[in-house]
Amino acid sequence: MKAAVITFPGSNCDRDLAVAFEAQGARVVRVWHKETELPAGLDVVGLPGGFSFGDYLRCGAIAARAPIAQAVAAFAGRGGHVLGICNGFQVLIEAGLLPGALMRNAGIKFVCRNIGLRVETAQSAFTAQWGAGADITLPVAHHDGNYTADADLVARLRGEDRVALRYRDNPNGSTDDIAAILSANRRVLGMMPHPERAISPAQGGTDGAALFRSLMDAFVPA
Amino acid sequence: MQEPEITPDLIAAHGLTEEEYARIRALIGRTPSFTELGVFSAMWNEHCSYKSSRKWLRTLPTKGPQVICGPGENAGVVDIGDGLAVVFKMESHNHPSYIEPYQGAATGMGGILRDVFTMGARPVAAMNALSFGSPDHTRTRQLVHGVVEGIGGYGNCFGVPTIGGEVRFHSAYDGNCLVNAFAAGLARADSIFYSAASGVGMPVVYLGAKTGRDGVGGATMASAEFDETIEEKRPTVQVGDPFTEKRLLEACLELMDSGAVIAIQDMGAAGLTCSAVEMGDKGDLGVRLDLDRVPCREEGMTAYEMMLSESQERMLMILRPEKEDEARAVFEKWDLDFALVGVTIAEDRFIVMHGNTTRADLPLKALSGSAPEYDRPWVETPPAEPVGDVPGIDPIDALRALIASPNHACKAWIWEQYDHMVMADTVRGPGLGAGIVRVHGTEKALAFTADVTPRYVRANPRQGGRQAVAEAFRNLCAVGARPLAVTDNLNFGNPEKPEVMGQLVGAVQGIAEACEALDTPVVSGNVSLYNETDGRAILPTPTIGAVGLLDSLDALIAGRPVEGDLALLVGEGAGHLGQSALLYEVFNREDGDAPEVDLAAERRNGEFLRANRQWISAATDLSDGGLALAAFEMAEAAGLGVTLDAGDTPTLFGEDQARYLIACTFDAAEALMVAAGQAGVPIATVGRFGGETVQLGRAGAPLSELSALYRSAFAAAFD
Repeated sequence: MKAAVITFPGSNCDRDLAVAFEAQGARVVRVWHKETELPAGLDVVGLPGGFSFGDYLRCGAIAARAPIAQAVAAFAGRGGHVLGICNGFQVLIEAGLLPGALMRNAGIKFVCRNIGLRVETAQSAFTAQWGAGADITLPVAHHDGNYTADADLVARLRGEDRVALRYRDNPNGSTDDIAAILSANRRVLGMMPHPERAISPAQGGTDGAALFRSLMDAFVPA
Repeated sequence: MQEPEITPDLIAAHGLTEEEYARIRALIGRTPSFTELGVFSAMWNEHCSYKSSRKWLRTLPTKGPQVICGPGENAGVVDIGDGLAVVFKMESHNHPSYIEPYQGAATGMGGILRDVFTMGARPVAAMNALSFGSPDHTRTRQLVHGVVEGIGGYGNCFGVPTIGGEVRFHSAYDGNCLVNAFAAGLARADSIFYSAASGVGMPVVYLGAKTGRDGVGGATMASAEFDETIEEKRPTVQVGDPFTEKRLLEACLELMDSGAVIAIQDMGAAGLTCSAVEMGDKGDLGVRLDLDRVPCREEGMTAYEMMLSESQERMLMILRPEKEDEARAVFEKWDLDFALVGVTIAEDRFIVMHGNTTRADLPLKALSGSAPEYDRPWVETPPAEPVGDVPGIDPIDALRALIASPNHACKAWIWEQYDHMVMADTVRGPGLGAGIVRVHGTEKALAFTADVTPRYVRANPRQGGRQAVAEAFRNLCAVGARPLAVTDNLNFGNPEKPEVMGQLVGAVQGIAEACEALDTPVVSGNVSLYNETDGRAILPTPTIGAVGLLDSLDALIAGRPVEGDLALLVGEGAGHLGQSALLYEVFNREDGDAPEVDLAAERRNGEFLRANRQWISAATDLSDGGLALAAFEMAEAAGLGVTLDAGDTPTLFGEDQARYLIACTFDAAEALMVAAGQAGVPIATVGRFGGETVQLGRAGAPLSELSALYRSAFAAAFD
C-alpha cells in the first residue's frame, strides 16, 4: 500500500500518522501543502491532526483552500480513499468532502482522554477489521469536535450506514454521539479520535492498529 | 525623533537604583541616551542579571559525566546514550500570568519551548508547576481557568505533550500566582547549538515573527513587586502565537540541518537587546544592529521600543554568509520573516543605528559582565517550634478532607485540557507520579517530574530544599527510571529583605546538598524574585524539575496493583506530622518543622527499587498525605479497595521522607524482603489491595464513594 500524509503548517500529528502507516508495512510519502499534485500510484491520502494554519478563522477552513486540497478533492472524486483524523476531519468538512459541521465542544474546554467507542459499520476499507458492534478505546484530543448535523442529515447518515464510530460516553456534545462518518461512496472517513496514538502496548492501547491493518488488507494484492 | 531627557524619575521608572545609574555613568563616561538607559535596565534587572542570586547559584553542583552543557546556555544538555541528548529547562512566568493569565501562561510555554529548540532539540515533553492563592480568594478561579487554558492553548497547538506537573493552593499566593513551565527536547549529542557568536563580519539575522510594542519593559516589570497599580502593567504582557512558534520550530530545525547556523539565541526577556548582547559577549565580539531592517508589526516604532520589545516567536542568528540563500528559502517556505539586521564586529561595542542616527553605542562586555552582583544581607530562618498536639481524628474523615481539597483531589479537570498524547510516544501521562515518553525510534524512555513542598521550605529552607530534590528523585525511581539531572526554578519574595534572602540561601544550600548526594547535577534553571504584593511574600517555592532515563521499557514500573497484592512500605518513619498536609487541610495549621531528609537513605532506597523492579507490580513515593493518601491514590487508579492495618494518625498521615509504597504478589514480597535485608533497606507489609472498601485500621468507607469525591472535588471548586 502506498499512502500520502499531507503536512499543513500547524499540522502536528503528521509524523505520528506516517509512523502508524509504516508500522503496518505501508510506503508513506510526505506531501507539503503548497504542492498542487499528489504523487502517482497512491492508495490512501491521510490528513493528520493538529492546528493547520493555527485553527485561525475556523478549524480546517484555510487548509481546505490550500493548493493540495484541490488535488485531494480530485483524488477523492476519482474514488480514492481519504482518511481525515481530528483536524483532518475538520479539513474534510470544510472542503465539502464530508457533510455536517464540527463545532466547539459542548463543555467549551479542550478535552484529551481515552474514550470508549462503538464501531457501527464494518462496511469500509477503514473499519472492516474492527467489525460492526465492536467496543474499542481510542484517545481524543480536541477543542472543536462537536459534530453537528440537522435531523435530515442524521437520518441520511443512519439510513446509508455511514456512521462509522459512536462515542459510548459523549465527550463533546456531538449529535447522535457521532465520532466518525463515511462519505456516500464509503471511501472518505473523517474521525475525531486518534487511531495513530493507539497502535502499541507502550501507548496504553492497540485498538487503533486495526484501522491501518484494514487498509493494508484492502490494498495489498492477495 | 527626539528622545526624552534622562531624569531621576526616568531612572527610577527603569528600576535602576542611584548607585546603579552612577555605575553606568562611570562605565561610559557620559550620560546615557534614552535607548541606552533602556538597554542597561534590560540587562541589569534581576530577571536577566540574577544580581541577587548569582553568588548562591554558583554553589550548586553542575557537573557530571552525563552533563554535556550545564547552566549558562538557553537550557541544560544531558547525554542519554545512542548519540542522543535530552535538553531541558524550567522557567517562571509568574508576574505576567497574574496580570493576564491566559497570555502570561501561554507565552511562558512559548518561551520555554524556544529555549529548548534554540539548542537544536525537538521538544518532546512539557510540564508545569502552578501555585495559586486560596481557592476562595476572589481572583483564584479566574487565574486557574486562564492559566490552564493558556498553557493548553499554546502547548496543544504547538504539538508538545504536557505529561505532568503539580498544582497547589495557599493564601500566600493570593497576590502572586506562580507559573513554572518545563520543557524537554531531544537532539543529537553532536549537534547542539550554542549562543556564542564567532567570526568578524558575520551577518546577524532576525528570524520569526515581527516586532511589535508588546512586552516593552516586561523584564523590568517582572523584577518589581506588585501594588495597586498592577492594572497599569497589563500592556507589558506579551501575546503568544503558537502557530508561528510551531513554524519557527520546524524552520529552525531545518535551518540547523543545513549547516547555516554559527550561533543562535531566542529573543526572550528584553528581546533584541538581551539576545544580541549575549551572543556578542559569549563570542568576545561586538555587534552592530541596524534597526531600519527589523521587521515591525507597527509603524513608527522607536529604537527604544524595538530594543525592549518582548514580542514572541523571534530568534536571532549568526549566519554562515555563504548559506544565506539556502537559509532564506527555509524561512520563506514556512512564511516567516528572515532579515539581515546587523553584523558582528571586532571592537567591544554594541552599536544600535536607527534612521541614520546612533541610538546606542556601548561597551558590549560591560553590559553583561559589569552587571551589579549583590551579596545581599540575609538571616537564617529561625528553627521551627516543635509541632503542637494533634487531636485524634477518624482516619477516613481525614482522608476525605484531603481528597476533597483542591490540593490533593484528582487534577483531571486540568490535565484533560492538555494534549498529553501528541507525538504518540507518551507511555505515562499526568495523574500519578512521573510522566514518561519514549525516545522516538529507540528502546529508551525518559521520565519527568516537578516537585517542591513550599510549607517545608518556609519552616526549614535547607530541609525543604533537600526535600524538593529528594521527592523528584523518588518519583523517578518509583517508575524505574535512573535520575540524570535537574533544573531548578527558584521562586521567592523580595531579596532585599534579609528573611527572604535567608530562605533563598537555605533552600539553595539544601538543593546543592541533595543534588550532590543523589548525583543529579543542576544543568539549568531560573530565578524569580520579588513575588510579593503589598509587602507580603509568597511561600518560598524552589521548584525542581527532574529527568530520568529508562534504558528500555522493560525497566518500567508502571503497572497497577491487582486484587490480592500486598502493600509493602519501603523506608521507615516515626510519624512526622510537622508541616504535614493533614495539619494544613484538616486542622488549618502550619506548625512544626519540616521532615528531615536523610540523603543516604534516599539514595539507598531509590536504588533498591530500581534493582528489584521485577518483583514490583506498582510503586509510588510517599509525600503529602503520607501512607494513607499514597495507598488511596494507588488503589483508586486501579479501581481497587485497599486495607491498611494501622489506624493511628502518625503512621497513616506522617510525612517522613525516603519512603515508597509497593504493590506486589505474596511470592514477590518474600523475595523483596530478602533483598531488602541484604541491602539494609527497611521494609514491612502494611496491608493489602483488593475488595471494594478503603479500610484504615478500624475505619472504612466504600471505594466508590471516596473515588467519586476524589474525582469531582476539583471541578466542583472551579468549573
